Amino acid sequence: MLNIYFSQLKRSLAIMKKDILIYYLKGPVIIFGILIPLFLFLAFLTGSKNLSTDFLISGLIGMTMLFTATSVSPVITPWESQMNTLERLMTYPISIYTLILGDILASVLFGALITMVPVIIGLIIGVNIIHPIILIVGIILASLCFSALGLLMATPPTNAPSNVMMISSLIKFPLVFISGIFIPLESMPFWGKAIASFSPLTYFTDLTRYSLGNGSYYPILLDFTVIILFTVIFFALAVKIHKKTLPMRI
Amino acid sequence: MKNVVEVQNLTKGYKEIKAVDGVNFKVKKGEIFGFLGPNGAGKTTTVRMLTGIIKPDSGKAYILGYNIQKEPLKAKEHLGVVPETSNAYVDLSAWQNLILTADLYGVHKKDAEKRADDLLKEFDLYERRNDKVKGFSKGMKQRLILAMALINDPQLLFLDEPTSGLDVQSSILIRQMLLQLREKGKTILLTTHNLEEANKLCERIAIINKGKIAAIDTPENLKKMIKKLNTIEVTFDGPINVQDLSDIPEIQDIRKTGDKFILNTNNINNLISAVTGYAKSKDVKIVALNTLDPSLEEVFIELTRRS
Repeated sequence: MLNIYFSQLKRSLAIMKKDILIYYLKGPVIIFGILIPLFLFLAFLTGSKNLSTDFLISGLIGMTMLFTATSVSPVITPWESQMNTLERLMTYPISIYTLILGDILASVLFGALITMVPVIIGLIIGVNIIHPIILIVGIILASLCFSALGLLMATPPTNAPSNVMMISSLIKFPLVFISGIFIPLESMPFWGKAIASFSPLTYFTDLTRYSLGNGSYYPILLDFTVIILFTVIFFALAVKIHKKTLPMRI
Repeated sequence: MKNVVEVQNLTKGYKEIKAVDGVNFKVKKGEIFGFLGPNGAGKTTTVRMLTGIIKPDSGKAYILGYNIQKEPLKAKEHLGVVPETSNAYVDLSAWQNLILTADLYGVHKKDAEKRADDLLKEFDLYERRNDKVKGFSKGMKQRLILAMALINDPQLLFLDEPTSGLDVQSSILIRQMLLQLREKGKTILLTTHNLEEANKLCERIAIINKGKIAAIDTPENLKKMIKKLNTIEVTFDGPINVQDLSDIPEIQDIRKTGDKFILNTNNINNLISAVTGYAKSKDVKIVALNTLDPSLEEVFIELTRRS
């Protein structure tokens, strides 16, 4: 039994390698992944000069994570379907878990690596990372969580990547505004805090702020637990829905 | 294992249309089994169910002894598949495509590299192995796709229209490769529109129409099934008016190819007498007169019309 899991995991890594080579290692994808959150951040920076650099950098880290981990993962499946490579992929001896895990792993690698850019920018401009281990574990867990969210966004059985891009934008942009990136959770009204609690980005931003020495709104253990919980839910839903919708794509 | 594919009452519908309706057949080990049918007959849907891509509404399919619905991964380990609408990854090289496929089949790295090398040579792609597939012609892409389907040295191959739209050279290469694979004991289920291809390659052929199997037999036996058509080919030593000739009541259908007239009838004896009588009356001689077996094309048309 263990052999089967190990063998399927190796095949997930093959899917990951394929995704990186075909979809992620493209100049425009990498630049787009960095630029979108950077522009949002700069727009915000010009309008809010009272907030500390630590607060702003933790927000930038959160936005970069969300935008990079969900940038390509939602469009891989419709892309493969449009390019007539999906049917071939479905004939291989790989389970739906293997396929989705492979897509997620590629997205995790991309999300985590690109998120290091704002971390490095923060270090250059004098931000101190007080709890580096918590930040690293948080980045890994959050990239898993948002990558799984990306795969969930890919489930509608459309073969047009543009349709999925539109759906993912409709989810991503509101998430940025409700997750305490631009307004600290402490300053939000009750209803704002209630809405924020439904976003996984809230908990990642919270633990990033803690890592940079700003203190956290929620207990750190709760941040980690909720991110893991969201990851499991997103992954389970993605698998369940992809099982139904994949055959509809061919 | 005598039968590597056993299909029992396989049914699949889309909304109100039954794409495949209670299909039964078996494919013996080591044979090339042809699957023929007009567009929309249910060929591709059947192949997709047999390769575990889609699930049937009812019925069962055993592939190499495994129930494809219950144990798809075990069955797929030993399959090679060329889907009807499939492509290699155009942003990867031919070599990368083959190694990726080998990884997804769990082929050991050294074996995969050796097989990839051999297959690239066999399919005349070795010189272009490091080029991205986006620069390949359609024939080269299809040869690569077939090579990818063979990377795991499968016992059973499903090929859905493997030579459709290809140049002559690539088609010949693929057909030769299929015959070589049969000699090596591989079993092949071949879906094709090309009747001549099916006639030359397949030991047995299933004709499917409107989701149902119309007939399964060897190409020769299928031709015998519609022997009643009877065709003769006749050549005269002088000019003949087709309109005059078609007035012979025994002729059901007439067509001219070069200097030959192809005549279809229900009664071959009466037709031959009538044609010789006609030649006498017109004072022309018959240079050649042959009876023809029905072609597979005629069998196909007749059987799909009946069902």
